[in-house]
Formats: sequence, structure tokens, C-alpha cells
Amino acid sequence: MTPVIEVTGLTKRYGDTVAVDDVSFTIDQDKIYGLLGRNGAGKTTIMSILTAQNFATSGGVRVFGEDPYENARALARLCFVRESQKYPDDALPHHAFRTARLFFPNWNQEIADRLIREFQIPTKTRIKKLSRGQLSAVGVVIGIASRAEVTFFDEPYLGLDAVARQIFYDRLLEDYTEHPRTIILSSHLIDEVSNLIERVLVIDRGRIVMDEDTDAVRDRAANIVGDTAAVDAFVAGRDVIHRESLGRVSSVTVLGTLTPADRDRLAAQGLDVAPVSLQQLFVRITQSAAEKAAASEEGALR
Amino acid sequence: MIEEGRALFLQIAESVEDSIIDGSLPVEGQAPSTNELAAFYRINPATAAKGVNMLVDKGVLYKRRGIGMFVAPGARDLLLAERRTVFADRFVEPLLAEARKLGLGPADLARLIADRAALAQPASSTTEGNAP
Repeated sequence: MTPVIEVTGLTKRYGDTVAVDDVSFTIDQDKIYGLLGRNGAGKTTIMSILTAQNFATSGGVRVFGEDPYENARALARLCFVRESQKYPDDALPHHAFRTARLFFPNWNQEIADRLIREFQIPTKTRIKKLSRGQLSAVGVVIGIASRAEVTFFDEPYLGLDAVARQIFYDRLLEDYTEHPRTIILSSHLIDEVSNLIERVLVIDRGRIVMDEDTDAVRDRAANIVGDTAAVDAFVAGRDVIHRESLGRVSSVTVLGTLTPADRDRLAAQGLDVAPVSLQQLFVRITQSAAEKAAASEEGALR
Repeated sequence: MIEEGRALFLQIAESVEDSIIDGSLPVEGQAPSTNELAAFYRINPATAAKGVNMLVDKGVLYKRRGIGMFVAPGARDLLLAERRTVFADRFVEPLLAEARKLGLGPADLARLIADRAALAQPASSTTEGNAP
């Protein structure tokens, strides 16, 4: 696989705050990535730096093997759909689409028209007056119709209702299938996108905590539920990332794929196994990391 | 349709296998393409391709260049044999173990199964052909 983006030791500081902390990863050509992280984890900062809309404090970013700063050739191959995209005050949606058409060499008007129709975007209302969902839809149209070699969608669904979001996912997948390209989708609605993304990058407080194929993560964790003593005996020595108890019943989330022998043992002891979705795994991993960080800080203070 | 906690490509492969086993996808019939599977299950095409490739490696599907994927001769027998082995491991083994605890021998068990089957499906259905 050819990497289209290479990030090495990327760090971004705002005063004393470290937004991105020595991050390294690569993005392969023609894959759909999920960039997941809590608010303030550093997702938007990373995407801004990759698209030359922000400066790195230190570390290197290569896009198509080049430095993206003031590099019109590289930037024309990228499309960044910002969550808070600003448009000129008197701009109408069709101005935005016409500008995008001029800017992106692979722009496809047919798919743009179809999406405008499906999202029911009022093309004669000023963008300023659009609802949050309609504004998001404008960004989605540009992101899909631009057919850029690398497209970043930063929380593109804000304000979109369930029907509009499904249209977005379906059209994205359709267009990607016909015209494979690299897509980086930052999202909080993990369960909605988990089947679309081939690879998952999880960022937590400025660091990458997961960089794996989505399918490989699906059986990465399991919930073990049952009598507390039996659950404890089973999870002893395993990587426990979450624990809940109610009376004598416990539910414990463990990392690691269960072997057939594990499953036989669980069945023999009357313990139940429940799958852990990508979203649950994401929540548990970031929570567990936060708890460990808090614990070590406390330790350091003592 | 898609369940959590299991690799998607395996589930895609199994869905194609199920169609072959139940006969809706006949031998030498054209299998759904990677893109059709991706669109139908709303999943990443690379994941669907991984499932299809697994079936090719297994000898269940074969590729006709420029046309698509087809069900290989003998694919159904292959899958039935495989599923029957899995059935024996997953269901018959625990059944025998539990029966032993209750003091039931294989002959008792066979009689029990015959009786129950007669109750469940009065005077119909053959035992042939309907593998799990």
C-alpha cells in the first residue's frame, strides 16, 4: 500500500496546552479511515495541519510525499470539510458549489446535483440563514462531489437527521466504490460508521491510542457477565478495562480475543459473553486511559 | 443482519455460504459481486472483498476473468461437510456429555431424538438434505 499521508512526531502546542503530542501514523491510498476521539482530543488540529490550515509546533507532515504548506499542487488534491466552515456573508449555496467546482479538478456536477436534491438544500437562501443541518449538507455535497484524492470530513453530520445521515453514508459508500479514494472521517457516531471504515485511528488527549483494521478490532474485547466470584476467577490475569457490579452479578470488559477454550470454560461455568461494539470499546479504552492518567498524576503528587 | 463481536468478512462469507447451502445460489451460478455485497450490507468494499477472497481460497467460488465470481462445482458438498463437522462439535458433543451425566447411552439418545422428531414433524419430511 502506498501511503498518501505520513505523519512523524507531530506536536502542536497552544501555550502550555499540548493539543497533539508526538503523533506518528500513515494514511494509505484508497482506504476509508475513521478518526475517533473525544472533544478536544486533537482530531481537528491534526486535520488542519495536514491540510496546511494550521502550523505544527514540531514534527513532520508529508502529503503525497510533499510538504503541504503553500503547495498549491498538493492542496488541490485535498478536500477538507470543516465542521465550522465559514462562508462569505452574502454567499448562496450555489456560490459555494460553483467555487468548489472551479477548485477541485475531479468535481462531478451530476452527483452534486443529486445530493443537493436529496438533502433538499435551498440553493437560493443565503448560507448564513441555513439551519445547522443544511449547512452540514452543503459541506457533505462538496466533500463527495469534489472526488478529491484525499477527503477529510470533520464531524460532517452535525444537525443532520437520521434520514440525511443515511443518505450521506450510502452516497459516500456508493461513490467511493465507483471512484476509490482516501477518506478520513472524524466522528462521534461510531456505531453508525463502524461498518464503513476500513481502519480506525483513535486519538486520546493528543495521542494515538489505537491504529488498526476495524475488522480486527471487532472481537478484540468481550463483556463477561455472571456470578462475581466466577467472573473474577475468569478475568484474573487478563486486561480488564471496565467493571460493573450489581449485587452478586458482575459485568467485566476484558481485552483480548477469546479462544475456543476460553468459550468452553465460560460455558462450563455458566458465564455469559456479550460482544463489545467499536463504540463501547472506544468508550472503555478512553475511560480506562483517563483513569490511569489520573491515578499516575495522583501518585506523582504524593 | 450483521452482529457485533465477529469479524465482518467472516459474516459476509457465511452469508454467501448460506445461499449456496440452501440452494438459492446454485453451482456454476454467479455469486454477488464485492460491490453488491458492500452496498447491500452497507459495509466497506474492502471488507466484502476479504470475505469473497476467503471463499475463493477455500475453493467455494472461482473467478472468471472479466465476468465475476461463480460457485465452484462441489462447493455445496464441501460446505455441507464442513457445517456437519461444526454441528457435531458444537451441538452433538455437549449433548453426549449431558446425556452421560443423566445416564443416557447413545442408543437411548437416538431413541429420544427419533421420538421428539416424530412429535415435532408428524408424518412428514425426510431426514436427507436438510443439513443445519
